[in-house]
Amino acid sequence: MTGGGLPRGRTTLLVGGPGSGKTVFALQFLIHGAQACKEPGIFVAFEESSKRIVANARSFDWKLAELQEKKLFFLDARPAPDLVRSGDMDLGGLCAALEAKSRAVRARRIVFDAVDVALALLPDPEARRREIYRLHEWLLARELTGLITLKSGGDDANAIRGQPFGFMQFMVDCTVILNHSVVLGVSQRNLRVQKYRGSGFDENETPFLIGDGGLEVAVARTLGRADAKVSSERVSSGVQRLDTMLGGGYYRGACVLITGSPGTAKTTLGGAFAEAACRRGERTLFVSFDSDGSEVIRDLASVGIRLDRYVRNRSLRMISARTITGSAETYLLRIKTLAQEHGARCLVVDPVSTWSKPGNELTAQSVTDRLIDWSKAGGTTLLCTSLFDEMSSRTEGGSPLQISTLADTWIHLNHLVQAGERNRGLSIIKSRGTAHSHQVRELILNDAGMTLTDAYTAAGEVLMGTLRWEKERAEGVANKAAEGAAKLKRVRLDAEEAELEVQMKSLQVELDAKQVEKTLLARTVVSREGELSRGRTRMRELRGADAARPGRK
Amino acid sequence: MSRRALFKFRLYIAGDTPNSAQALANLAALCRTHLAGRHEIEIVDVFRQPQRALADGVLMTPTLVKLAPSPVRRIVGTLSRTRTVLHALKLEILDR
Repeated sequence: MTGGGLPRGRTTLLVGGPGSGKTVFALQFLIHGAQACKEPGIFVAFEESSKRIVANARSFDWKLAELQEKKLFFLDARPAPDLVRSGDMDLGGLCAALEAKSRAVRARRIVFDAVDVALALLPDPEARRREIYRLHEWLLARELTGLITLKSGGDDANAIRGQPFGFMQFMVDCTVILNHSVVLGVSQRNLRVQKYRGSGFDENETPFLIGDGGLEVAVARTLGRADAKVSSERVSSGVQRLDTMLGGGYYRGACVLITGSPGTAKTTLGGAFAEAACRRGERTLFVSFDSDGSEVIRDLASVGIRLDRYVRNRSLRMISARTITGSAETYLLRIKTLAQEHGARCLVVDPVSTWSKPGNELTAQSVTDRLIDWSKAGGTTLLCTSLFDEMSSRTEGGSPLQISTLADTWIHLNHLVQAGERNRGLSIIKSRGTAHSHQVRELILNDAGMTLTDAYTAAGEVLMGTLRWEKERAEGVANKAAEGAAKLKRVRLDAEEAELEVQMKSLQVELDAKQVEKTLLARTVVSREGELSRGRTRMRELRGADAARPGRK
Repeated sequence: MSRRALFKFRLYIAGDTPNSAQALANLAALCRTHLAGRHEIEIVDVFRQPQRALADGVLMTPTLVKLAPSPVRRIVGTLSRTRTVLHALKLEILDR
């Protein structure tokens, strides 16, 4: 949230009500310094004895005992209860003691836990201010990174302004406010960075949890971190036909949303995906909010999805999330931790819409967004199922949690009730980066597994289930009949064609004969005429009737 | 309490800050007035001997520790309110 952490060499003020986690924060700060940054630290305890703090810290998985020898030191600074006060006093002794100690251990970090207890001993506000400034100057002079914790009045952390130590927030370089409240019966813890001199920071109130490792702040994205690599690899969805519809399957690292009314086989699709992942050898985590893990395995086995052997060889882990109590934040933290432990590459959360139950509405959206962001950043393929209660939603445009805009692939299952029968239809509403089919297909579950078949679409009606089968059969019969009729007709036509051809041949022959006759006739006529005219000419010549007149020719 | 017991004091001061100087002066005056001749004062400067401050758990200065007679009492501050100091030391106020 702060882009790196608390300011080095400067003082940070940590304010919070009772039980808000100030001491845990302070301890975690020192322990991180000691373990990860090799910076020794001193914890000055004004309110609790250091023994009690150490004992209480055992419930976390910090290895406090090892650190205490070399890198982490506690200083008991509780004022004695029977202390008599007379006149003005200052914290010179504390400074001197700290000087000695910090030099001895070469401390770089110091925590003053509940410093207001010590300051209350001072007689007047001027003295308090003076001493705080003294401490502050002392820390600055030695360039130690300091953390001062302060109590605020109750849960409203803004109330410190009115309190006697409210001036401290103006003095320090960074202020962090912790808040622990109960909203609609669900406990929520929030953290807010109020100010940070010299740096930008995330200004919103962010939820956090206290888990085994200490405080865990839920941040969607850390400032300035690049997005994870985007993969073009496809992973199978577990149903072969669905893979084809999606052009190969889901993208790796994508978020898949499956919505539908109750009983539409969402969990089954999730199980198929898990099985396909395990078959590929990838570790998978299946989180079920509705049923126990073994129940899910039994139910899926009835459709031919055998998950028990993957549970046995540890590539699949089933989590029954009903056993986790708390807010949606707790669920998210648990899921993240378990997924990391298991090394899961594929994650199924069924159904994710339980997070939006009453008490959680405010945070459920943000929690789901963060789950999706986290899984994308880690390259984990996430499959969420979500209840789509058609009676409560007013528009088709989104699941109750509004994650349909974040999901890369959105598959919707619905029931089609026709002629006294319910059939399941599957449609791909959207799939980013894929040319997918737009048709509603029928999802059939049987012992061998899940299959998708085309619905019968003709003449504007869509039929599924037995109606489809009936129609298809009727169609098949009709097709056969039509085929037979066509064949018969063709045979008949062939016969007629042959007959006509024969006729045509004989007519052609006649035609030829007639033409020959005609030619002969013509020739005969011509030759007869020729003969006649020759005959006449000869006759004339023979008679000598016309002597040739030389002048006229 | 016997008026002849020896009072042993240890005063932790923080260098020559005004508070510490005042405490020293007040203590000296008090001892002169009420415990003449039967007091011992040890001065520890926490800035010069920070280890002692750490070891003895002295965080506020000036701190007066009455070592003897028992019980050990601690008084923090400049000792400007004499009545309080005397009461803590279980001394009666002498009527002058």
